[in-house]
Amino acid sequence: MKNICFYFKIHQPFRLKRYRFFDIGNDHYYYDDFANDEIISRLAEQSYFPMVRTLLAMIQEYGSDFKFALSITGTAIEQIQLYVPELIDELKKLSDTGCVEFLSETYSHSLSSLEDPEEFIREVKAHDDLIWQLFRKRPEVFTNTELIYDDDVALLLNSMGFHTAVTEGAKHILGWKSPNYLYKAASCPSLSLLLTNDKLSEDISRRFAKTDWDEYPLTADKYMGWIAAIPEDEQVINLYFSIDTFGSFLPAESGIFDFMRAIPRFAKEHEISLVTPSEAVKKLKPVGELAIPYPISGTDEARDVSAWKGNGLQREALEKLYSVAERVSLCSDKRLKQDWEYLQSSDHFYYMSTKNLDDGAAHSSFSPYDSPFSAFTNYMNVLADFIVRVQEQFPTEIENEELNSLLLTIRNQAAEIDQLNKEVNTLRTNAINSDENDFLPEVNVEKTDKSKMPSGTRKSNRQSRK
Amino acid sequence: MFGWEFPPHILGGLGTASYGLTKGMHANGDMDITFVIPRPWGDEERDFAQIIGACNTPVAWRDVSWDYVESRIGKFMSPQTYFNLRDHIYDDFNYMKLNDLGCIEFSGRYPDNILEEINNYSIVAGVIARTIDCDIIHSHDWLTYPAGIHAKNVTGKPLVIHVHATDFDRSRGNVNPTVFAIERDGMEHADHIITVSDLSRRTVIEKYGIDPSKVTTVHNAVIPLDEETLNLPRHDKKDKVVTFLGRITMQKGPEYFVEAAAKVLKKDRNIRFVMAGSGDMMEDMIRLAARRGIADRFHFTGFLKGKEVYEMLAASDVYIMPSVSEPFGISPLEAMEMGVPSIISRQSGCAEILNNVIKTDYWDIDAMADAIHAITNYPALYHQLRNDGIEEIKGITWEKAGKKVIDIYEKVIASRQ
Repeated sequence: MKNICFYFKIHQPFRLKRYRFFDIGNDHYYYDDFANDEIISRLAEQSYFPMVRTLLAMIQEYGSDFKFALSITGTAIEQIQLYVPELIDELKKLSDTGCVEFLSETYSHSLSSLEDPEEFIREVKAHDDLIWQLFRKRPEVFTNTELIYDDDVALLLNSMGFHTAVTEGAKHILGWKSPNYLYKAASCPSLSLLLTNDKLSEDISRRFAKTDWDEYPLTADKYMGWIAAIPEDEQVINLYFSIDTFGSFLPAESGIFDFMRAIPRFAKEHEISLVTPSEAVKKLKPVGELAIPYPISGTDEARDVSAWKGNGLQREALEKLYSVAERVSLCSDKRLKQDWEYLQSSDHFYYMSTKNLDDGAAHSSFSPYDSPFSAFTNYMNVLADFIVRVQEQFPTEIENEELNSLLLTIRNQAAEIDQLNKEVNTLRTNAINSDENDFLPEVNVEKTDKSKMPSGTRKSNRQSRK
Repeated sequence: MFGWEFPPHILGGLGTASYGLTKGMHANGDMDITFVIPRPWGDEERDFAQIIGACNTPVAWRDVSWDYVESRIGKFMSPQTYFNLRDHIYDDFNYMKLNDLGCIEFSGRYPDNILEEINNYSIVAGVIARTIDCDIIHSHDWLTYPAGIHAKNVTGKPLVIHVHATDFDRSRGNVNPTVFAIERDGMEHADHIITVSDLSRRTVIEKYGIDPSKVTTVHNAVIPLDEETLNLPRHDKKDKVVTFLGRITMQKGPEYFVEAAAKVLKKDRNIRFVMAGSGDMMEDMIRLAARRGIADRFHFTGFLKGKEVYEMLAASDVYIMPSVSEPFGISPLEAMEMGVPSIISRQSGCAEILNNVIKTDYWDIDAMADAIHAITNYPALYHQLRNDGIEEIKGITWEKAGKKVIDIYEKVIASRQ
């Protein structure tokens, strides 16, 4: 029996406002609230609400015959809480049906998996904690920012206790292999890999509303027919979508919601089950190992990380950002930590891409900037201010390690003082018990002196009144 | 072709563009080009076009010998051409001030009696048009439109005019009515009009009321610089240098550069600003820089010529062109070729084709200052613009522009038949 895993992704970055160099050091608020509000409110109305309600209706109709995976980034959740809080309730309803598996990912949709393993671990934990806090679910399957993956990421994930990761299954990465199997990572065979089926995903996300496509119009019947026609032993089809595909890229008028609603019915007819990734992994056995020495992703024609690290601007910005990672981790300032999270979103680097062929058009259509250069300039200005703030926390002359040990001493001091106090108390009680007059600790003497003083002055006051 | 300037003796961008285009058209092959200029100096490149000087073209018969002509103007053109031209004098111009060869004197510049010179140029064009057989007539800029119209009337061949600038660009709207009339007359008589950007195409259509179907944009290009220029020594200096290079006139928006400089200097004193060139606003700019208290960091070089321009570029870290209205603007292309990252105003024609530059509105001094700060402070941006800019310019060739012009010729000739 064949299985389909649907993945829906929700992400929004905190877009930066126009930030000029003369704001550096003067203005510490970096975000374009108006644009962020406008974009997420519009998307919520066009896409998130209708899609979540469609999914709810599907679950009501088909019960546990329809399951899927959902991944929401921390920054998206924060924006939803800020601007469309009612969506959280809908998501909770989805979660309560038990037909949804929440996936783990980085908090800010960042590139930390490539840049800074420690930060990556922290971010993933922060994200999963937020999911737990909201939905009482602990994610077990990991999906990285834009499906970024390589053998090193596999090792990291394994060390963090994940049993499965979802990544890109584009043809020129897999070669002759099919994405429709379960694989295991070559670098650590205990990590299973689910690969997205690009062709079938894009039949919906890119071609569904294309009237010049020879398969137009696409119906759920036809689509499930295609999947049923895939060779019998290929058993898991992973269909990965950004949720705004439904209602935004493909407007409601295209009939996309009706198409989705009909999917479970035709899946049943063709004896295909709709499952969560964890269920799929339980059902299936990995057919082989997959070695990915260089990072891949689900973005751009090349399916590599050139969308974010392709030019000197992007590399410089990333390097500058992560150069303060350790410092930030030592800081305790909440706003600083928050900015640190928001500045890591991969979107900022995506806007700086200078690719100018087909991919470039996709880059610029998402970008709030008129050119990659102004995206870079604006980001670097913000980053310069951020770094100044990080440095203000602790003087730069001190090396990280030295600072770390100093901070450790400071933190330990509290514990030490507590302990010493305890000791003093026990000593004191002991002393009082053994001998009341002879052996009083000096502190106690001072205290009694001080407590006497006010009464003395009171007396004198009274005297003077007389 | 009728032109006014030709390298190496040029006063503005017109000469460079006419030269580049002619050379580019020649490179497409099967082209026989005669280029008329008011006054050649003898050191012009001649292997891709025959150059005729209006000041060497007789408009009245003089009985002179071969040897005499050879000794007088041999370095400008062959005596045979002189005699051919002399055979086609069409009227008696002896009432005019003529020299010993029966020719009218030309300054070849932009003198005060420019209107008279334009008229004389058109008289000479009549002789040349009768002498040289051609398929098409091409006039560069308003100074040569009357000559083009005259040649068209004489030969009956189609006229293409090339609008390198209009008076709206030069005057920020305060148009000189005489110049406007000459420009409009040329546009109306032309069979086709070539503009150097979509920006000036719109000006031609909207301000001169020309039928859009006969106006086509052919963007300018740039001539590859020689190795020696490209390898000019780059000074290793502590301070970054930001350069404005061009005429210091209203059209070029120099005051926005000074204001942006003042903004940058408030934050970062390690930058020097250079305003290279001369013009009627230079003194105002010196005063403005002093008033903003940045005179110690803001330098004026005066007019730069020839190689000095490239030496200045080689010593620069940023090139800036805040033009209020620029039909095209070749100089940023040259700066990019020299590997200098450029900031240009969106109101310049070259902004339509350039990608690896920073574009701002000319009035947005905040954006301009921010761009200057970013290029001088973020090395990655400098290198990105520099390296990709050099590559980009390699793809902008006069040969491609020339091909487009030839296509227009063919269309114009075909529509006549």
